[in-house]
This record gives sequence, structure tokens and C-alpha cells, in this order.
Amino acid sequence: MPKDEYQSRDFRIVGTRPVRPDGIDKVTGKARYGADMTAPGMLWGAILRSPHAHARIKSIDTSAAEAMKGVKAVITRADFTYQPESASLADVLDNCMAGEKARYDGHAVAAVAATSKSIARAALKAIKVDYGVLPHVTDVDEAMKPDAPVIEAGRVQENVPEGYSENVTGRSQYGHGDPEAGFEKADLVIERHFTTAATHQGYIEPNACLAQLGADGQGEIWVCTQGHYMVRNTCAGVLGLDAGMLRVTASEIGGGFGGKTHVWMEPTALVLSRKAGKPVKLVLSRDEVFRATGPTASSSIDVKIGMKKDGSITGATATYRLQAGAYPGSIAFLSAMCGFAPYDLKHVRTEGYEVMTNRPKAAAYRAPGAPMAAYPVESVIDELCQKLDLDPLETRLKNAAREGTKASYGPTYPAIGLEATLKAAQSHPHWIAPLGENQGRGVACGFWFNFGGDTCVSLMVNPDGTVSLSEGNPDIGGSRASMSMMAAEELGVDLDQVRTVIADTASLGQNEVTDGSRVTFAVGLATIKAARHAIQIMKERAAMTWGIDPEAVDWRDGAAHPAGPNAGKFPPMTIKEIAAIASNTGGPIAGHHEVTAEGAGVSFATHMVDTETDPETGQVKVLRYTVFQDAGKAVHPDYVEGQFQGGAAQGIGWAINEEYIYGEDGRLQNPGFLDYRIPVASDLPMIEPVILEIPNPGHPYGVRGVGETSIVPPLAAIANAVSRSSNVRLTSLPMSPPKVLAAMKGT
Amino acid sequence: MVTVRLWGSLGDLAGKTEVEIPATTLRELLQGLEETYPALKPQLERGVSVSIDGKIYNDSWSTPIREDSEVVLLNRLVGG
Repeated sequence: MPKDEYQSRDFRIVGTRPVRPDGIDKVTGKARYGADMTAPGMLWGAILRSPHAHARIKSIDTSAAEAMKGVKAVITRADFTYQPESASLADVLDNCMAGEKARYDGHAVAAVAATSKSIARAALKAIKVDYGVLPHVTDVDEAMKPDAPVIEAGRVQENVPEGYSENVTGRSQYGHGDPEAGFEKADLVIERHFTTAATHQGYIEPNACLAQLGADGQGEIWVCTQGHYMVRNTCAGVLGLDAGMLRVTASEIGGGFGGKTHVWMEPTALVLSRKAGKPVKLVLSRDEVFRATGPTASSSIDVKIGMKKDGSITGATATYRLQAGAYPGSIAFLSAMCGFAPYDLKHVRTEGYEVMTNRPKAAAYRAPGAPMAAYPVESVIDELCQKLDLDPLETRLKNAAREGTKASYGPTYPAIGLEATLKAAQSHPHWIAPLGENQGRGVACGFWFNFGGDTCVSLMVNPDGTVSLSEGNPDIGGSRASMSMMAAEELGVDLDQVRTVIADTASLGQNEVTDGSRVTFAVGLATIKAARHAIQIMKERAAMTWGIDPEAVDWRDGAAHPAGPNAGKFPPMTIKEIAAIASNTGGPIAGHHEVTAEGAGVSFATHMVDTETDPETGQVKVLRYTVFQDAGKAVHPDYVEGQFQGGAAQGIGWAINEEYIYGEDGRLQNPGFLDYRIPVASDLPMIEPVILEIPNPGHPYGVRGVGETSIVPPLAAIANAVSRSSNVRLTSLPMSPPKVLAAMKGT
Repeated sequence: MVTVRLWGSLGDLAGKTEVEIPATTLRELLQGLEETYPALKPQLERGVSVSIDGKIYNDSWSTPIREDSEVVLLNRLVGG
């Protein structure tokens, strides 16, 4: 078997729980986030935003603002002199700074750089914008109707059937078999309509950057992002700059969850800097984060499932309509792919529709498209179980996808872990724990793809034998710890001999964004191979020193050894000894690996939750929560458990509280954490993570991505628990107290 | 020849959900699809992922494909 495929082994460091290398800096306030960097002569940026959901921009008068003392630059779309050819880059440009019209409440229309924050804010008030207000649409079903206000004409893909508004820009359809024939064989068929609200990623750190751009096209950005290479490439593409002239450094990141896989205002900071001739810091307020950076899509969904009395699913269909915000979207196809992915179905069909509305551009949010895909499917399966008096875990096991199952989205699965998560749930004490009055227990399954992508790692053996590792992905889930652990494991050295840093864009080749749960898998793969590269060089250096052939040298326990008695008798040479004589044996020692990682391996989870519904108020309280998920190999179990818990916590918020609320005027009514309530610690029980390790055959250590799947099952798991605790089936998220109370009272 | 399964809405454009393409690598497969089925070109330009024997590839043109490989075209995956 090639060494880069999975091989079972005993680990020395991987799988342990060392202290987090970034932990002390973060809890003592020393870690530097997006807003923490300053530069000599720095100006403060601020953005003027549209108060209208949809309006033509007739004129902008910036003269009064420009005349204010301390104002160094005022920009509008006219200052973005380059027009990208690519439609996607043109969308990014228009989203950063509106052109002919404002497409949503909060859309940027002008920006200011000034010597203080207060002057910048005051200058915004001095800018006069003449708007021609247009009809708007924020609801996905309304936006699909042929007579709906059109956000942008001419963006409809070739796959959209006639009869819809031009707001419907894309359609995808997956499945196999004949669902209608399948429904004929069912003992019970349930068809339901569901809706889910738009929710924000809710990262605690608002978007922030410090940017400098000279007239010669050279620039630098310090930015809070999930992908500084993406920031570099996108800013260069939007502004017509050479990517190599922009150097981007990622700060520490206070959460992203997909919301920071996009560019929202970095080109604006660069253009302000270019015009003012000074560095410009731009830090969004929470209001701006809500109004102008992507939440996930809201959705409207129809699901129909047929089941026999023995629990076999005979046919299944789903139609997902996802609102993409003010630009063409690409998330509904993922819903169409993910909804029934956990199940082995002969007859299944799904459709996904991408729909533009007058809302901020929807962004990825942790397994984008999958939570709203699983919610209706898992809800209807649960309702079928209730009505046919079936055990919900046994029923899911009966229909579970396994190795050899043809997935609902097409391919045949290799070895997968869904069955293991269901069996672990069945045997867990939570499943048989007693419940009290007004309490119910729900379960649900979830699926996510994971992927790899462009990845570069450099591993330097320093003169004292310590190791410096550079990777190009912002650390959002413990990647510095995980990379150090995998490098130390492979090199055979102590963990404290390895330090991992996040390199800037001028220091490594292209790296894909930190998304798709890819980093521990893909960067880990590159780390292991970079370590093997360095080991090969060190073996050659030892061989040169001993005067033997490099093939006659083995590497183990952090040292070169003669491979056998025929290689000669030499004492082992440690990494420290080899490093000390590197100048004499050929020069500095470094390994590196560049790869487009493929074969990330899909991921499954089963969640179990107990809730209590207050019959007086309709409030749902989460009492107990357990996550069962396949991690492939958990490199640092603390971080894996944190991912399980974090995804579940966000899913709980999505299920119970969180929602973008729009008024009749198309304006967002709750752009702040007071009115948009994410779960806080006191809302949640301890979420118990149960890690299952079914190795990914596509990774040397068996690693799979774990960061996203955990947000997929909670929506349905909680809906199913609420149904069993209150005897009502809610089909609209969030399940806020007024909705639950109304359902319980039958109103 | 490699049998390629298309997702439903892509199959509508090609006129069938399974097509035969002479290919030994991922690049040959994508080129062959575009040449034989021009209606697929807009989607191919927007990007696709390809499942080959259950393993999903996004970019690696040199990925080998056997005649008996299971090949399934998918919308290009993105993540959060």
C-alpha cells in the first residue's frame, strides 16, 4: 500500500490532548485580531449604507464631507475605476460598493477615510444621496413569482424552466428511480411544507482590516478572514491589481463559520487608502455585520416521504427554494444533494432553486445548505415513525446508507460511518434515560461532504534541531495544534520542538480558504508529506556523514539509524545533530509539500436531544444534548469535541431563536445581539460529544473533516423533541415561544 | 469509453442522464463532455466536481479513470 494512503498505526502524539498553543494569548487578551493592528499615519474608514431595500442611486453629493477638517478621502463607486469581466467578481465589486442601485438595506453606497472615527462618522452624515426607491421583495416564495420585483435581469442560468421570475437564477435536480411508484408502495405518505429563517454565522469578532495601497499598485492587508489568499485574489481581481503585488496577512480570527470565506469591505479599504495615500483601518459595527455581511439563506421547502409499516422508506422527494440575497446564489444545489444523503433509497428526487431577493448576499454557513436540507427530511421521517409507532433510531438504521449504497446525489459510497453513529446512539445511556412532564427526546441524522483543495506547507529544520512549520490557512479550529502534532508524530520528535505559524500570502503558494472542513485533512496531509520530505533529506545527510547509501538509512524516534547490519555500525544521528552540521552537509534543511488535496471523505452524525416545552409560554428549553459523529481520526480530541459542541450550539440557536426579521419596508428589524438572540452558555446544557473513529482511507492517518456536520442535525433533532414533548409538529423555524404556543393552542 | 452519470438538470440539457465519453483522465473527460455536449458548456465553465469510484475530485486533471469506473458529475462543492 502506498504510504500516503491510510495505514493503521499506534500514535505517540496524535490523539492526545496537549495544551492549546494559542490558548494563553487568547484568554489573556494578547492575541491580535483584525482590529488590533495599527500603522503610522493610519486613517479610520467608515461606510455609508443604504436605508432602502431597493433603490436607484440618482446622485451622490460628497462635497460637504470632503470639505470637513480631518477627512482625507471620500469614495463612491466612481472611484472603483476597474470593472472586472468575471460576473462573480463584478458581483463582489457591486456588493462592496453599490453601482446604479442599492439592492438591500445596508448596501454600501459611499465610504470615508478620516483622522478619527468620530470625524469619519460625522462625514458620512454630510454625504447626500438622492435615491429613487424601487419595489422590493425579501421573501423567497414571493421573489419566485413572475410578477416579483426583479433584483437584476439577465442572470438566469440555462437550467431554469420558464414561468418563474428572473430572480430564480439556478435550478439543480438530483435523484434516481421513480418516487411516484415508490409512494404507491407505501403504507403511509406524509407531505409537508417547511420554512427556515435566515440566520447569521454570529461570529463574535466583527469583520476588520487594515489596508494600504500605493499608486504603484503595491499593497498590504492585515485582515480577519478564513482565507487570506482568497482576500488577495479577490481584491486583485476586483481592483485590477496584480495578485503578487498584494501581501495579505491573516489575523487571529474570532469566529467565521463560513461568513468570512468572502470579501465584504477589503477592496473599499484599499481604494480609500489609495486615494488618501495613508493606511486605512476599517472595522464593521455589529449593525453592519448583520445588515451587510452574509447570513445564510432562508428557505421554503416541500418534502414528501412514503414509508411501509416496517419502517422501509419507499419513495422520497424534496424541493428546496433558497433565497440567495441580492446576487445570484449557489447553495440550494447543496440542499438538493444533502437532504436524503444519509439514506439508502431506491426512489428519490430532489430539486434546488437559487432565488435572488433584496437581502444581503447570502454566504456560506457551516455545511451550507445542509441544515435546511436535513430539517424537513428528518422531521417527516420522525412524524412517520410517530404515526406508524416505530422506533426512530431503528427506522433510521433500517434505511441507513452504508458502503455500497448509491447515494441520493449519485455516487456509490465507500466505507462510511452513519451506521456507527446510530448504533452508538442506541447504546448510549441518554437513549434510555427517563423523561419528565412536558419533556421529549428527538433524534436526527446529518451529512456533509468535506473537501480538500489547494494546499502548501513548508517545514524548516532550524539549526538547533527545532522545527518551524508554515501553513497558509487561518487557524479557526485548532489547526496550529493539529499540524504541530502531526509533524511531531511523523518526525518522531517531542511536540514542544515544533511551532506552527500561519504564513502570509507572499510566503507560501496558493491555499484554498479555510472551509469545507478541509484544513485538518488537507493541510495535515501536506504537513505529513512535508515532514517526510525533510526526513528524506536528513537521511541523505546522515548517509553522507556515514559514507553509506541513503537507502541504507532508516528514520525512527527522531533520528537516523543504519537500516540493518549490512549498513554498518553507526550510532543514531538525532535531528538536532543533523541540523547542527547542515551547513557542512549541503545547507539548510527544509521539507515542503504542495498539493490539490482530493478524497476528503464524507461525514455523518446522529444527534440526540431532550427538550422541555413550557405549556404557559411556549418556551423550549434544551435539557440534554449528545452528538455522535465520525471524525476519521481525532488528531486533538479537545478541538474535535469543540467542533461538535459548537455546531450543535449554533444549530440550537437556529432551531429555537435566531431569525432575520424584515419589516414591510424591507429593512432588517433586528441587527444586533439584543434582538437577534444567539444561545449563550446559560441557555445550553453541557453538550456531550461522542467521537467515533472510522478511518478515512484517503488520508495517511485516517483524518476526516469534522467542522461542519455538527450543525446539520440539530434543527430537526430539536423539532422532533419538541413534537414529542408538546404533541405538535412545527414546520417553521425558529421555534420561538409565540410560534410554539400558537401551535400548542391550535391557533 | 467511460460512462458518466449526470445530475438530473444537467441530464435535461444533454438529453440523457448517462453519456459515454472516451477518456482516461479527468481532463479528457471534461474536454470530451464539452465537445460532445455543447449544452453542458455553461455549467462546465461554472465548475463541477466529479465522483470517481466514490471519491470526489474538484481539480486534478491527471486523475486516472478506468473504463469500468463509476463516474458521477456533481455541482461543484463549496463549504463553510
